[in-house]
Amino acid sequence: MAIYVILALDVLNGISSLFLLCLGLAIIFGMMKIINLAHGEFIMLGAYATVISANAGVNIWIAMLIIAPVFVGLVGLVIERCLIRFLYGRLVDSMLATWGLSLLIIGIITTIYGNTQQGVPTPLGGFSIGSYQSSYYTLFLALMAVVMMAVIYGVMRYTRFGLVARATMQNPAMAATLGVNPARVYMSTFALGAAVTGLAGGLLAPVSGITPVMGGAYVAKAFMTVVGGGAAILSGTLSAASLFGSVNQIGAYFTTPVYGEVIVFTTAIVLIRLLPQGISGRFFKGNL
Amino acid sequence: MTLSRRRFLQRSAIATSTLIAAPAVFRSGALAAENPITVGSLHDQSGPIGTSGTPMVYALQLAVEEINAAGGLLGRPLKVIHYDTQSNIQLYSQYAQQLAVKDKVDVVHGGITSASREAIRPTFDRFKVLYFYNTLYEGGVCDRNTFCTGTTPAQTVEKLVPSAMKKAGKKAYIIAADYNYGQITAKWMTKYCKDNGGEILSTDFFPLDVTNFGSTISKIQAAKPDLILSALVGGNHTAFYRQWTAAGMKSKIPIASTTFGLVNEPSTLDAAESDAVIGAYGYFEELTTPASKSFVEKIKKAHPDSPYISELASCTYEGVMLWAEGVKKAGSIDRMKVIEALESGLVFDGPSGKVSLDKQTHHTVRNAFLAEVKDRKWSVLETYTDAKPADTASVCDLIKNPNDVKQYIINL
Repeated sequence: MAIYVILALDVLNGISSLFLLCLGLAIIFGMMKIINLAHGEFIMLGAYATVISANAGVNIWIAMLIIAPVFVGLVGLVIERCLIRFLYGRLVDSMLATWGLSLLIIGIITTIYGNTQQGVPTPLGGFSIGSYQSSYYTLFLALMAVVMMAVIYGVMRYTRFGLVARATMQNPAMAATLGVNPARVYMSTFALGAAVTGLAGGLLAPVSGITPVMGGAYVAKAFMTVVGGGAAILSGTLSAASLFGSVNQIGAYFTTPVYGEVIVFTTAIVLIRLLPQGISGRFFKGNL
Repeated sequence: MTLSRRRFLQRSAIATSTLIAAPAVFRSGALAAENPITVGSLHDQSGPIGTSGTPMVYALQLAVEEINAAGGLLGRPLKVIHYDTQSNIQLYSQYAQQLAVKDKVDVVHGGITSASREAIRPTFDRFKVLYFYNTLYEGGVCDRNTFCTGTTPAQTVEKLVPSAMKKAGKKAYIIAADYNYGQITAKWMTKYCKDNGGEILSTDFFPLDVTNFGSTISKIQAAKPDLILSALVGGNHTAFYRQWTAAGMKSKIPIASTTFGLVNEPSTLDAAESDAVIGAYGYFEELTTPASKSFVEKIKKAHPDSPYISELASCTYEGVMLWAEGVKKAGSIDRMKVIEALESGLVFDGPSGKVSLDKQTHHTVRNAFLAEVKDRKWSVLETYTDAKPADTASVCDLIKNPNDVKQYIINL
């Protein structure tokens, strides 16, 4: 019996970490249509911000929940001003530019901190269910996923900023005639996406191997999930993250980790074949 | 001035002969000054493997400096020609050609991953350039032109598995990286576990980009092993140790690893995550013998921010020194004469202790050490003297088949 509870926790863990990793990309790619291939590097920057500040004596929770998103948000802001703002509506160019950007960020971090592992201990401890062990951090990640979902929903649905942002993404020209400055909206939306990604990096820092090239392990899965999720940033990303996260964990448990990966990618291919518009293109039309 | 046909020919002849003679004149001038013996070096100083390669380059430089300070070899100084291969196999092939054809070096030390070694070894065979590979690897290379000074599984895994089983128990669970190193090492782990009356409950392989080990940790708990044997590789896989500790499993089931701590995991992971992990290598920076202490001191003095000085660095140092002994004994830098001298059972006392070359396999008989992580450092528990490369010896006999040039796959 206990093993099923543990397995359920694994699935929860898979879903929540995938959801956190993808939410920022869903805003930048799903909403703004910028193919951000530097997404993995934003995660890496969040993780580094957390580790460096935590090792410098900052409280781990502050490092994770405040420093990481604020820092990566600011980086995102600078990048939007210097690079991304020239690339709206140029899908292929944005791909090339952000790929170069990802190499640049990896290079800068390697030059400063070296090509070695960084680490920060995992806060909270473990608990046992029957004869099995799991960590409170798993539950914390799930909690954070729910909180982030609520925050993004609240911002997008109930604030003026959210309304203006959604309107601008739908029709920038119309928004501009109504007195909105689209350039500023794009800028803040991109920074928001970067900050959410930085937060994900910070949250995953205690349970990941942190190196300058760590982003590579996340970027493919993040794109797969956002594309699989479709246009609705919350319901789409959540449903796709639930599908892929649980398939991966259950697959890896009952077969081997190698097949766990294979099963996820196969599922993604089948999903895109059946629902080319993503899950939310069929089931949650018009939702956020 | 008119240029008659005769004068033109005359002048051309002079100019041409000057041009042709020039290199010879310059070269003989250089010869009169100094004619260094050249040592080629191919190591990754950047890219994913850069952290491993950097201390190897430091060790090679140290060895060459010491030989030069003692008057060089055969009255000639040594000169290092180094290329940073940037963790890129293509650059290995390219620079190997360059070292052999353009620089015409007398010996090459280098190669880190098995893939890089197999990319350059045939080049040095073809151009008859003596080659030293100074990295621990899965064993089986059988090539008279190549000397492998690092440890093979028979020298380390053979010690690691039984000691860990003695400490923890007989039921083991293997987790390993999903490529040739992990696959082969897992086989050796299985063999030594069974040889010592143990049992392998399961073997799991992980692609290098797996980052979430949640389901594996549950699986391990369900299998209830006494011991984890790990051959996980790379930054992403370090996440396993983190998630394992976070789940509170660290104090319940001990881990023994063939890869942990080869670069700098003990100093970068938190003490709670790395404590009590057991490892076995041919050298540890923490060894307290005088030779080891002075070796570490010299490297740290020249390069204060050097990454962890592991077996990779000590074997490189010992590799260069063994080669130098060979040259001294041969009294020549002729490749065959040096090989024959090296095959005569040469011994060098290095940072890891006595190292001798085995004629049959061109591998080394060397000390192996068992250690445990304590407070972010290795604490050496046991020393096994004169560990033999028994795995390679079971397939390779260069005395009988001196023309072998392949890497055998050792069947278990």
